[in-house]
Amino acid sequence: MNFLEFEQPIAELEAKIDELRHVTVNGEVSITEEITRLQKKSQRLTESIFSTLSSWQVSQLARHPQRPFTLDYVHRMLTDFQELKGDRAFADDHAIVGGIGRLDGRPVMVIGQQKGRDTKEKLFRNFGMPKPEGYRKALRLMRMAERFHMPVLTFIDTPGAYPGVGAEERGQSEAIARNLFEMAALRVPLIATVIGEGGSGGALAIGVCDHLIMLQYATYSVISPEGCASILWKSAERASDAAEAMGITANRLRELELVDEIVPEPLGGAHRDPDAAAKTLRGTLLTAVTRFAELPVEELLRLRAERTRNFGNFQESA
Amino acid sequence: MNWFEKLLPPKIKTSASATKRGVPEGLWTKCKTCNAVLYRAELERNLDVCPKCDHHMRIGARKRLDCFLDPEGRQEIGVQLRPVDVLKFRDERKYRDRLHDAQKKTDEPDALVVLQGTLKGLPLVSCAFEFGFMGGSMGSVVGERFVLGVERCLEQDLPLVCFCASGGARMQEGLFSLMQMAKTSAALRRLSDRGLPYVSVLTDPTTGGVSASLGMLGDVNVGEPNALIGFAGPRVIEQTVRQTLPEGFQRSEFLLEHGAIDMILDRRDMRDRIHSLLSMMLGK
Repeated sequence: MNFLEFEQPIAELEAKIDELRHVTVNGEVSITEEITRLQKKSQRLTESIFSTLSSWQVSQLARHPQRPFTLDYVHRMLTDFQELKGDRAFADDHAIVGGIGRLDGRPVMVIGQQKGRDTKEKLFRNFGMPKPEGYRKALRLMRMAERFHMPVLTFIDTPGAYPGVGAEERGQSEAIARNLFEMAALRVPLIATVIGEGGSGGALAIGVCDHLIMLQYATYSVISPEGCASILWKSAERASDAAEAMGITANRLRELELVDEIVPEPLGGAHRDPDAAAKTLRGTLLTAVTRFAELPVEELLRLRAERTRNFGNFQESA
Repeated sequence: MNWFEKLLPPKIKTSASATKRGVPEGLWTKCKTCNAVLYRAELERNLDVCPKCDHHMRIGARKRLDCFLDPEGRQEIGVQLRPVDVLKFRDERKYRDRLHDAQKKTDEPDALVVLQGTLKGLPLVSCAFEFGFMGGSMGSVVGERFVLGVERCLEQDLPLVCFCASGGARMQEGLFSLMQMAKTSAALRRLSDRGLPYVSVLTDPTTGGVSASLGMLGDVNVGEPNALIGFAGPRVIEQTVRQTLPEGFQRSEFLLEHGAIDMILDRRDMRDRIHSLLSMMLGK
């Protein structure tokens, strides 16, 4: 298990339990009791630490290297999944994956950003930062879903769209904008889930939806805490202040009515028990898909337009 | 010292500060591209384009719309909207204070001005970003004003022309700002479905969330000469790819070459050229 800095007390306790386990092999009965006692203590400690997480700590959980990524959920939730690749114009972007599978028997289109776990895979996935061809692949798959009447499930997990020379040359801005434009009128249900890091326009480009779900320890923000800190505080070191100020956690965003539903994670975060995390999320998605698939298309589009139209806070002066 | 000063006896030499005091401030200005010293009034008559080198200087939202629209029959849209600080955002300074300063500096309540008017007699809605207001950043008021502008177009069958100048979404309004990208793009989709033309004019600079939403969604995308236009800012890209960027990267000419915009228009030709485009698109 990979522990974060604020989890160090838990890590120490778990290490002690591990040590004791090795002793048990020699057949001491009283040690088993001791282990049970310590495990209970570890659970209480985890509960207590996780009940008061700061925004910055949640942000670290959202980016945890062991956290389940899009394909981890897809393989646990869907049957018959077949990945579909390429934008038909330039390339296949490995930072976005998509394909068709069955959710409880119903064919659905899934699209999500994909990060990598080890160095090699991280590079292959470009750290989950899509290029224009990734967003264009996503749009191609959404249009395909529309043609075959499949609900679209998107999984958001990206630091942001890739800021590179080639991405600019191929129209990163246009690719993102086009998705926002087309998704506004896509004639099938769009259910978006932030499973990890929801980084800015690069996240929103697959995030326009009828129903927005966030995992308990996911974040969603207009700019990364580091980016915000380096602009406004002139120092990336102040990322924790920026994270707090912007309101990026699921709880805060639910209070602000920007998120429709929060899916609880296993104690200590989704990476502690990916199977349980996937099972809970699957149930939530199933309910959402069923609810929106039942709506007549015109009603679905009316509700989506209303939802999007109402974003914002302002005053009207006399 | 030049030859003339050398000729003068020491007593009648004027000090630099005395010279400055003699000239009213703002009467002369210098072009930062060709260093030509320009007479302010003449520059303004030339729409803030340097008469010597054609450099397009940045101009404010009111001035932009003023030189684009016909002088008569203008009506402002969304004039009553004021920003609020929902997050109680505070960095080194409070968002409220930053808003207050920006309002005082620009005499605008927020960073977008939307006007209904006519262009050479053709009725339309036109809006412009005020870059002087927190970098033309898009928060809730900008998004709402833009959408009200689009809705006026839908009500009265009018085309829309937007002049962008923005660093992107406004950080101080958090995720509400990001959602303005979805909100404005969805409104443009309604405009498009109704067959009404939208011309997006990208001026220096247009980046981030504005470029990646309403900026790039024009039926016709127009760039001003040498305007910086892109998704990520050049500094961010340099830090990511760790190499210096080529000359002219992310400038209008670069975007034209890469197929992102339809044309580059000189500011002084915009009234004629956009009027001609809109007339044809409207079948007039």
